Amino acid sequence: MNGHTNPRTAALLSVSDVHVAYGKVEAVRAVSLDVADNEIVTIVGANGAGKSTLLNAIMGILPLKGTAAFAGQDIAPLDIEDRVAAGLSLVPEHRELFATMNVEDNLQLGAFRIAKSKAAAAFERVYHLFPRLKERRKQLAGTLSGGEQQMLAMGRALMGTPKLLMLDEPSLGLAPIIVADIFRIIGELRANGVSVLLVEQNARAALEIADRAYVMELGEFILSGPAREIAANARVAASYLGFQHEGASGI
Amino acid sequence: MNTTIMLFLVQDGITNGAIYALLGLALVLVFAVTRVILIPQGEFVTYGALTYASLSAGQFPGTARLALAMGIVAFGFDIYVARKSLRRRLVGRAIIVNIALPAIVFALTYALVGHPSGIAVNIALSLAIVAMIGLFLYRIAFQPIAHTSVLVLLIASVGCHLAMQGFGLLFFGAEGQRGPALSNAAFTLGPLRFTGQSIAVYVVTAAFIVGLWLFFGFTLTGKALRATAVNRLGARLVGIRTTLAGQLAFLMAALIGAVSGILIVPITTLYYDTGFLIGLKGFVAAIIGGLVSYPLTAVAALVVGIVEAFSSFYASDFKEVIVFTLILPVLVLRSLAQPAVEEEKD
Repeated sequence: MNGHTNPRTAALLSVSDVHVAYGKVEAVRAVSLDVADNEIVTIVGANGAGKSTLLNAIMGILPLKGTAAFAGQDIAPLDIEDRVAAGLSLVPEHRELFATMNVEDNLQLGAFRIAKSKAAAAFERVYHLFPRLKERRKQLAGTLSGGEQQMLAMGRALMGTPKLLMLDEPSLGLAPIIVADIFRIIGELRANGVSVLLVEQNARAALEIADRAYVMELGEFILSGPAREIAANARVAASYLGFQHEGASGI
Repeated sequence: MNTTIMLFLVQDGITNGAIYALLGLALVLVFAVTRVILIPQGEFVTYGALTYASLSAGQFPGTARLALAMGIVAFGFDIYVARKSLRRRLVGRAIIVNIALPAIVFALTYALVGHPSGIAVNIALSLAIVAMIGLFLYRIAFQPIAHTSVLVLLIASVGCHLAMQGFGLLFFGAEGQRGPALSNAAFTLGPLRFTGQSIAVYVVTAAFIVGLWLFFGFTLTGKALRATAVNRLGARLVGIRTTLAGQLAFLMAALIGAVSGILIVPITTLYYDTGFLIGLKGFVAAIIGGLVSYPLTAVAALVVGIVEAFSSFYASDFKEVIVFTLILPVLVLRSLAQPAVEEEKD
């Protein structure tokens, strides 16, 4: 089932009939997905469903088969660096920070592909969203707490002023109070003109802030629609929101 | 032993150690950014020294021809890789970097050779030629296999060393050469005599170390190189091209090698294969620095230079043996301090 609630023309990111394989094993099969301007879209699903694989393929870390367009441009032939320059950004599950460099240098490098004149404004925006990073700006990234590292990873991605920010499990391994903080900030990104594609095992929190959602199982989308409808779906509630059996929500 | 001899040996050791420090720093830089253990570093020394010596003797250096040929091959590689999406900017860059630059340097060298040109011109031409060889070497030999393991990269590195040494024999012959000194000034301080050349070695080494520190600490490009060394995927995700970082690292290493060569060729006679041994001593220093620490590498290089000076005085037959034996206790200590072998991530 691949219902598109948004018209294709308005899509910022549009991938269709995408397959991603590790050797002979297909981790993602015939997946189609759209993200519109100023929209927060989430992909929920269990561990190993292929969510991260899909994000990595959209970013260009893994090769994909199928079509992928971003801001009206075919991104299939572009490598990671050119996709970044086009306004696509990924905060990967392992954050991939520059551990032996300080917070400020990490953020400055996030603005590597934008004009120097725009970097000052980007710094201000990021420090406004994450005041904690400003306090720690001379501290080495590797010495930050898990929550601060997640904030830094998001901040670094936002420094490049992306049009679409893809977040891979931003809440993984964080204390509940910090998770709430992170999700509040993701909600605020829309005001900054950034669309979000969010992959989460914490389906409840993700569905609360998202406009639309896709449910992924074993490499395929089995359900899609407005986030509220997805949250109300009996099968989703049972499998991912933990109403009947616990443990599946991934916290 | 009297104090005068000891001072002489220390002075000699520091002069050589400064050169090893430069080479060691280049090795650490290249390894950090590209994971290549740069065996051909010594060839950059030889090429720099002998290109400078040839130009000073009024001969046309074969390295200029090699740079041009490698540029053409690199151009072919660039165009082949980008054949599916040939954009004008990309082709333009490939033409300027791979064809136009070496062609201009080749033409300048051709025009100026034989004329009594100044030392500065000869140095500039030598540096330009060797820097381009370094850049193209990465493009041709390492960029296509940049994703492979350290071992594969090392094997390619040995291959490059052998090929470049062969070219060195072809270009410069088996005879040793010397180049003119940068300055013939000299002064005496107590029992020690300082030549202008040895002062140049100290000044250039210090300037390079300060320059590298400023570059890596304060410029965006320098930080981008460090970022690539720290986290390759992270660097790509902020849009830093690892291929460009690799090319830049090789260009800098070649430049440092050539500078070292030009600094020592007035002091010792250099043969087409001398660079390898000099590079290996820089390598000893880099190993002591764990292939990651710049300050430790610089200090270790001075120790290597001084140990070498003393062992050549006391047991000149065992000079090299003693220097290279320095690695053993270091490796033992390092393996004791870090018993777990780190598996490669990628």
